Amino acid sequence: MADILFFVFAGTAVGGALGVVLQKNPVGSLLFMVGTLASVAGIFVLMEAHFLAAIQVMVYAGAIMVLFLFVIMLLNLGHDYKDDLKSGVGLFLAFAVTGAIGGLLARQFRGAEESPIMAHFPGPEGMDQLLAEQGAIGAIALPLFTDYVVAFELTGILLLVALVGAIVIAKRRV
Amino acid sequence: MLAEALVLSAILFVIGTFGVLIRRNAIIMFLCVELQLNAVNLSFVALSRYLGIEGQIFVFFVMTVAAAEAAVGLAIIISIFRHYETVNVDNFNLLKW
Repeated sequence: MADILFFVFAGTAVGGALGVVLQKNPVGSLLFMVGTLASVAGIFVLMEAHFLAAIQVMVYAGAIMVLFLFVIMLLNLGHDYKDDLKSGVGLFLAFAVTGAIGGLLARQFRGAEESPIMAHFPGPEGMDQLLAEQGAIGAIALPLFTDYVVAFELTGILLLVALVGAIVIAKRRV
Repeated sequence: MLAEALVLSAILFVIGTFGVLIRRNAIIMFLCVELQLNAVNLSFVALSRYLGIEGQIFVFFVMTVAAAEAAVGLAIIISIFRHYETVNVDNFNLLKW
């Protein structure tokens, strides 16, 4: 059952991603992106990452995509897509770079699950036990507020800086 | 399911890269960068199933940085649009105006 669901979500994710790239209307692109993000959230659930699936839907598919939609509609971009796709040398370069990256990535996953390094880590059984003991949110919260607390506080500063920066940059000059 | 998830992550990353290279609309290029970030998030989560909870914490940070990046990037796009009346990246070839 989980395997079938995985392939359903994988299919919609890849289809949505192709839609994002090939759709000419920016609003259509954005809606395909929301579909892709929701499919990836479904895969997160299958991987027992329930908290991340929830914030993927709420923060990514909800807040960030609405921000994009807001900008597209504010700038009234829905209909100016005459020569959006590159052609000629640009297209050839895109295929070359993409092929190179895809080829490099394709060499990496053979036998990932049987790799000898896996013996040093908890594995799915250990993770299931951890999640059963602490819950999906507790398992993330404990290391987040102990081992990674400095990074967490820095993230807060980063968000403040981004907020102020965005307001200053987008502010209409008087 | 690990190998399949890594393959899916690689496919999404490659599609995102292709989109950044092939489109001229700055907002769609941004969207494709988000797609790449999400592909990496997917491989983090898939590996965290085997290697421990830290992968999920990194995904949390990646999402925060993506939100900050989207806010600042879209502000820059709005600012450029006010000047050039377009978001086609072929028209942006100066660092000052």
